[in-house]
Amino acid sequence: MNVRAWLCALILLLPSALYGQGYAGLGGSAEGFDVPQPIYQFEFPRDHGPHPTFRIEWWYLTANLTGEDGRDYGIQWTLFRSALKPTEAEGWQSPQLWLGHAAVTTPKTHYFAERLSRGGIGQAGVTAEPFEAWIDEWHMRGLDLNSLSLSASGAEFSYDLSLTAQGPLVFHGEDGYSVKSADGQASYYYSQPFYDVEGALRLPDGDVAVTGQGWLDREWSSQPLAADQSGWDWFSLSFDDGNKLMAFRLRGGRGDFTAATWIDPDGTAKPLPDGSVSFAPLDTAPVAGRDVPVQWRVTLPERDIEVEVSAITPNAWMATRFEYWEGPVSVSGSHSGRGYLEMTGY
Amino acid sequence: MTGAVIQALMSHWRRHWLQLATLLIGIALATGLWSAVQAINAEARASYQQASDQLALGLFDELRDPSGPIPIERYVVLRRTGWQVAAVLEGSLRVAGRTVQVMGVDMVAYPALPAVTQIEQSETPPDPADMLTAPGRLLAAPDLAQMLRTQSGLPPVLTSDSIPPDLILTDIGVAETLLEKSGQISRLIVLPDQPVGVPPLSEIAPELERVTASARLDAASLTDSFHLNLTAFGLLSFAVGLFIVHGTVGLAFAQRRAMIRTLRALGVSMRRLIWMIMAELTILALIGGTLGLILGFFLAGALLPDVAATLRGLYGAPVDGQMSLQPQWALAGLAMALAGTLLASGHALYRLARMPLLTGAGLHAWRGAAAGQHRTGLIGLILIAGGFAIGFAIDGLVAGFAMVGGILTGAALTLPFLLSLALSMFQRRARGPVAQWVWADMRAQLPGLSLALMALLLALAANIGVGTMVSSFRLTFVGWLDQRLTSEVYVTAIDNQQGRQIAEWLDPQVDAVLPIRSVELTHEIGPLFLYGVEDHQTYRDHWPLIATSAGEWDRVMAGKAVLINEQLARRAGLWPGDTLTLKADHTLTVAGVYSDYGNPTGQAIVSMPQLDQIAPGADTRRFGIRLAPERATEITQALRQQFDLPRQAVVQQAAMKAQSLAIFDNTFVVTSALNVLTLGVAGFAILTSLLTLWTQRLPQVTPVWALGLTRAQLARLELLRSVLLAAFTAVMALPLGLVLAWALLAVINVQAFGWRLPMFLFPVDWAYLFLLTLLAAFVAAALPALRLMRLPPADLLKVFANER
Repeated sequence: MNVRAWLCALILLLPSALYGQGYAGLGGSAEGFDVPQPIYQFEFPRDHGPHPTFRIEWWYLTANLTGEDGRDYGIQWTLFRSALKPTEAEGWQSPQLWLGHAAVTTPKTHYFAERLSRGGIGQAGVTAEPFEAWIDEWHMRGLDLNSLSLSASGAEFSYDLSLTAQGPLVFHGEDGYSVKSADGQASYYYSQPFYDVEGALRLPDGDVAVTGQGWLDREWSSQPLAADQSGWDWFSLSFDDGNKLMAFRLRGGRGDFTAATWIDPDGTAKPLPDGSVSFAPLDTAPVAGRDVPVQWRVTLPERDIEVEVSAITPNAWMATRFEYWEGPVSVSGSHSGRGYLEMTGY
Repeated sequence: MTGAVIQALMSHWRRHWLQLATLLIGIALATGLWSAVQAINAEARASYQQASDQLALGLFDELRDPSGPIPIERYVVLRRTGWQVAAVLEGSLRVAGRTVQVMGVDMVAYPALPAVTQIEQSETPPDPADMLTAPGRLLAAPDLAQMLRTQSGLPPVLTSDSIPPDLILTDIGVAETLLEKSGQISRLIVLPDQPVGVPPLSEIAPELERVTASARLDAASLTDSFHLNLTAFGLLSFAVGLFIVHGTVGLAFAQRRAMIRTLRALGVSMRRLIWMIMAELTILALIGGTLGLILGFFLAGALLPDVAATLRGLYGAPVDGQMSLQPQWALAGLAMALAGTLLASGHALYRLARMPLLTGAGLHAWRGAAAGQHRTGLIGLILIAGGFAIGFAIDGLVAGFAMVGGILTGAALTLPFLLSLALSMFQRRARGPVAQWVWADMRAQLPGLSLALMALLLALAANIGVGTMVSSFRLTFVGWLDQRLTSEVYVTAIDNQQGRQIAEWLDPQVDAVLPIRSVELTHEIGPLFLYGVEDHQTYRDHWPLIATSAGEWDRVMAGKAVLINEQLARRAGLWPGDTLTLKADHTLTVAGVYSDYGNPTGQAIVSMPQLDQIAPGADTRRFGIRLAPERATEITQALRQQFDLPRQAVVQQAAMKAQSLAIFDNTFVVTSALNVLTLGVAGFAILTSLLTLWTQRLPQVTPVWALGLTRAQLARLELLRSVLLAAFTAVMALPLGLVLAWALLAVINVQAFGWRLPMFLFPVDWAYLFLLTLLAAFVAAALPALRLMRLPPADLLKVFANER
């Protein structure tokens, strides 16, 4: 996953002050924080855990599910870490802040919840071995990243799911060094897009048993965006033939910046440079008082991809402290499949 | 025609500018005193509301640990089972001799606190990173912020208008450092929108108690009685002010009768005249009302700091000492002025409207008065009886005030009848024609003076009643302090560990070291502070019990019984023999009730082992030290040096008493101020009444002058009459005042504060007040008497010439 959460997590530290400053704060210097370097040797399980010397980091899971009732569902489970200072301390003195977002999208409705905490007291955090990421009663945990249990709840929903990885980790950009702008802003970015998921959703209408596929993104950095970038559209698509595509577009003053990763069924990843993928909105829907593009044409000529990507539930709006659109999509056209779409800055 | 009528009406005020001034002063005084009280009440209520809005008090349920602070681990357990709660750490901090409250909120878990949101939305929002990481930021109201900035060693201070006075709002991480309460939580706010499937509290944190938002006593409800008290005083002042208006308007109308007759003879209809006079009164009311508002604003501004200090001291209610002008307050004040003026003028207008076209000017004031006296006297008696009936039949503060109001109004209404009765008695005993004339003339004067005398009666009664109440309270309070503060030195340690060290260090040097330990519990009547005491003769000898049972201390020390304070006893209806449930499965018998003044909340005392059982976490930081009084200073200094304690942490008994008395005296500053003002207004009312009667007096006095009494003799008799009437009124005010004092002590105080006070009598004060009254009556009569003395005989002769 990519830049989307930079803003979410930074908003966490700047409750409402940042709105006035626009995105200027995101392009700021790293002020004592570490900055991602092009050559980096990932080491696991250590790197599944937090990196407090980087400003921002997340564990971001989405899943496309099918219920026993035959309907399509989507879930989101996200834990953001955001550091006020590049250190850790005990108790309330900890400068590490944590933000959780969870959502369930049904064909008709979108349920979401948000949690806030600071590190140091044990209310939220991540440990690498055994792996556990948690905030309040929400958790994603297992012996390692290959088999996880996942749960979250809000005022109207909860879910308990188990995830089993069917393939390897996938590294984006140059072996996990993912460039975010023409100016060279970058992050460390890898994914586990091969989860089989099963479990149950608890919804106001009753419990639903579900199965499906999940996609976990891990990303951290300190200097996320170029100053003039205003929002983004991010896609994670799983085609029925087993291939997968992660693609995003950063919208900005000096023209859009795009990047993508083509993932073969065996997990082999090929980064696609700026301009390889093109994105065109086909239709918008009124959501939360604005027009949001909920139908897209995504084309990747070098792989003969020309697909229509449509939101399953147009009103998948996350009315959290930082608002954005995040929901399951269906894919048709040259290829069929499903996936997740995230849009910010609308 | 209208212009001519206006000119004619105005000509009266041009010739009687003093009368005009009196009328305006009357309206202004009535409006001013009333508006001042209203402004004070509104300001205080606005302060409570602001505080509770900004800090979201009373909005959400809370979790508390009855046995002490909540550890962070408990908070995390709650959070990790899904409970959406926000941690709050509270405490007080001494800064430059001033005690301020510190409220530390977990601003990450609960960033929606209104006061914080407001600061974030300001033009220069603070950087959240600064707020949340060391050294952090303190938020405070402007005057406190200014003071805090002069102190070294504190985090940077941000100013915000939305923070209540004497409160520092900050992040919990900053607060734990500031208060030296690392890892502690005072209470947890239960946030809205709890997730589904949260386990019940009893499974995960059985020691925590959930306090519903509505069960907590907030500042507004605690102080209701105080404000009702002020309102009653404001209303009394307003009524007394209206007597002046009544007197002056009556005078003006009496003097205008000739003019009005002429105007009517010239063809002006009565209807038109009435409307124009109404318009005139309205304008006067608005002018006087405006003056009153200005007066009220400054008066309130002068009294508000004391009121604020009282409310903070007595109830811990946050009140800003600053006045702000609100338009609805001004409008309400003007409306009161207008309504009051028209009410006070109604009688005069009515009589004017019924005046026959060709009636003579002047002398209708005293006809048919006797029958009226009987009727009002009867109504008065009914009101008194009704007042007592309400007071005894119905509980509650409003019923208490209804009783006092009924008795006061009723007594005022019976006053003319009683005075008339007294005067006729003297008249029958009088020897000689002059004496007989004097008594008869006084009786004849009564109806014209009766309203002013009623005002005097009310003011005197209020003075005696409130004075007796305050003095009785003070005497009781001083005696109670002596009983309650028996230890020679009181010491407060920084933490439990230092507390232990201090106790060990002191033990061999002094007679006894008595720990003072308490925890806050919740009871259905509100917060309940539970104290543990060690078995020591000090308590058995001195503790001020007002209701006891056999062997109460033995049973308390054996862990079988509990002593409770009067507030709890009265509010919950618990007396010796009843049982009190302190905590689930922990019920004790009430063995005795003790008086506990100046404390709005309930309190109970158990033995130390009992306290440890109920609340193991209670702090052991405060101690009372018994020793020979002459060693107190030496030990105080030694303690401060040995443990490096700040001055205020070691206090000698005398200093503690002085401090308590200062707070007490402050509490009644406003009451006394209003008391004096009311009496002043009543004196002024007598003056205006006598001036009113002046024109009507002349035709009555002149025949006596013609019979041979000199003007000087007549003037002396005028003075004597005024003083005698005041004296009679004062004599009748005494029993009324005592009844009022009894009602305040035994009914109103019990309802308002939860304690009943013994009544003491202060004859010297009464004598002083009596002399003051005579002096006021003398001064009030001096001006008319002087005029009479200097009146040219020709004017007196003219009376015979003028048609009557």
